[in-house]
Amino acid sequence: MRKAEFWQGNVAIAHGAIAAGCRFFGGYPITPSSEIAEVMAEELPRVNGKFIQMEDEIGGIAAAIGASIAGVKAMTATSGPGFSLKQENLGLAYMAEIPLVVVDVMRGGPSTGLPTSISQQDVMQARWGTHGDHATIAYSPASVQECYEITVKAFNMAERFRQPVLIMSDEVLGHMREKVYVPAKEEIKLVNRKKPTADPEEFMAYKADPEDNIPPMAGFGDGYRWHVTGLTHNEWGFPTNDKDEIAKKSKRLMDKVDAYRDEIVEYDTEFTEDADIIVVSYGSVARSALTAVKLAREAGMKVGYFRPVTLWPFPDKEIEALAEKARRIVVPELNYGQMVLEVERAVHGKADVLPLNMVNGELFKPKDILQFVKEVA
Amino acid sequence: MPRPEIENWLRKRFFPHIWCPGCGHGVILHALLRALVSCGKKKEETVIASGIGCSSRMPGYIDACTVHTTHGRSLAFATGIKLANPDLTVIDVMGDGDCSAIGGNHFIHACRRNIDITAIVMNNNIYGMTGGQASPTTPPGSKATTAPYGAIDPPFDICQLAIGAGATYVARATIANPVMCERYIKAAIEHKGFSVVEIVSSCHTQYGRRNKRRTPVDNLNYLKAASVPVAKAKEMSEEELAGKITIGEFVKIEGKPDYTELYEKVIEAAGGKHHE
Repeated sequence: MRKAEFWQGNVAIAHGAIAAGCRFFGGYPITPSSEIAEVMAEELPRVNGKFIQMEDEIGGIAAAIGASIAGVKAMTATSGPGFSLKQENLGLAYMAEIPLVVVDVMRGGPSTGLPTSISQQDVMQARWGTHGDHATIAYSPASVQECYEITVKAFNMAERFRQPVLIMSDEVLGHMREKVYVPAKEEIKLVNRKKPTADPEEFMAYKADPEDNIPPMAGFGDGYRWHVTGLTHNEWGFPTNDKDEIAKKSKRLMDKVDAYRDEIVEYDTEFTEDADIIVVSYGSVARSALTAVKLAREAGMKVGYFRPVTLWPFPDKEIEALAEKARRIVVPELNYGQMVLEVERAVHGKADVLPLNMVNGELFKPKDILQFVKEVA
Repeated sequence: MPRPEIENWLRKRFFPHIWCPGCGHGVILHALLRALVSCGKKKEETVIASGIGCSSRMPGYIDACTVHTTHGRSLAFATGIKLANPDLTVIDVMGDGDCSAIGGNHFIHACRRNIDITAIVMNNNIYGMTGGQASPTTPPGSKATTAPYGAIDPPFDICQLAIGAGATYVARATIANPVMCERYIKAAIEHKGFSVVEIVSSCHTQYGRRNKRRTPVDNLNYLKAASVPVAKAKEMSEEELAGKITIGEFVKIEGKPDYTELYEKVIEAAGGKHHE
């Protein structure tokens, strides 16, 4: 039976993780994400899972990757400065194809910035923060209910695609309390990584299954011997300088998400049918935006609402389709223009793209967005 | 040639190895494999983790569950592996830069937690792979590519660092005594808790040629001459010990619970013992 809870976004993420089968958390305290670690410290041992507070952010993600290599679903959570510190090992998880969920509860930056205030300044870092090319799956929840549901989904995606999945939350969402319906255990669909069936003597750890282009993964202790490395490697998992092997691996890292782009991409729309102006926003900002759109509709304006739920891959085709009909696309963001670059790329000049930027530690009020919409109408 | 049961632990598909002819690290690889065989370990249940550097390429050559991580971070990965599955035997091999420079924080905290991992520090006093830069264990006065006029930094004593941070088994040997290397590695693997075995290795390519130890034999002769057993060192003055390498077992503390055992108590307290 489903239960109703009154949770903060951070608490919902932690409970979502437990429901998704997460049994390991490695982390380090940082505002405004610490509640995730605190709830995991309490809940994980109750389900025979493990929590460890590491010596730093780098150790937190490293321990989580280690646990995942040992076959356990694992997570780490952080905020801006910690997200920067985690980038190197995040890259290792992409390269070595280790399932992992990383939460960034965004605060103001750069540097120590605004530890207790909202921003959306890490969304490009989510895509390009670690060096080297790789495909990114990053979610942006906009309600506490969604914090729970997206966390379950993030684990499923990490397991399915054998790579890190990011949850880009924000300070307002992390600390805001809302009613959450927690589904019954049997209602939650779980995905577990595909295990190899090969003879251990013949096991090639990075030989992709032709069915989905993703190699099955053995946990350490499962009876298989294999090598994990951050070096570019061949199908045996051994470092290589062979140009064909390098090209094959590098391309597969991109392809495994690109090929399933349409399945991964998620978004939410309201009032877009006849819209002349579309407001594209994500995270907490989308809450203000939806109210602004409704107020604009009440005032007789043809304004629509579009919210990318996956920031990466970005719903570009879907936004382009809207731009066929709409004249203007308004993009409010709590940064100096990051996802707006993706919106511009998506619309191919078919509509005017108008950024609305604010970096003052606060969230847009609906009237801020409404006023901008009226000005540009 | 290694015995067949030792050779069975090698991933020959991965050969030739990257180490220079005469590199000291091969002695340590052989000693580690002898110790693992002597302890009766199974390849499928043995994890060898490493960071970055010449020493850290070792796991690739071992036919076990091996993980070559990022520079200095291997102990943090190893901690996650061991805590997630305490039944695994976890060995972490690292170089002096990995252990005492970029990974210094992970090293002292792994010592503090007393997690049941064996750390083997292959100390050759130099960054070999990147071209002979000075490390935190480069002896003062030694030439390095980043210390062309001689190193001025006071070096770390890795064993003293480990003892101070709480490791419960700490020993040092040199590659000039492979039997001692094997004995200490075996004792470390069998020890419950965090163990550190520092093995003073040699790099004639990057350290030796700039410091009057151009050949592997020069280095072995130096290590033999410089080694002082721990019992004898206790009777020597600081001046007499200058430039010497104290070898032996420094610390062996039995009965202190390791981190994974303590966490089992947390699970018990939380009532999670029988949860699926």
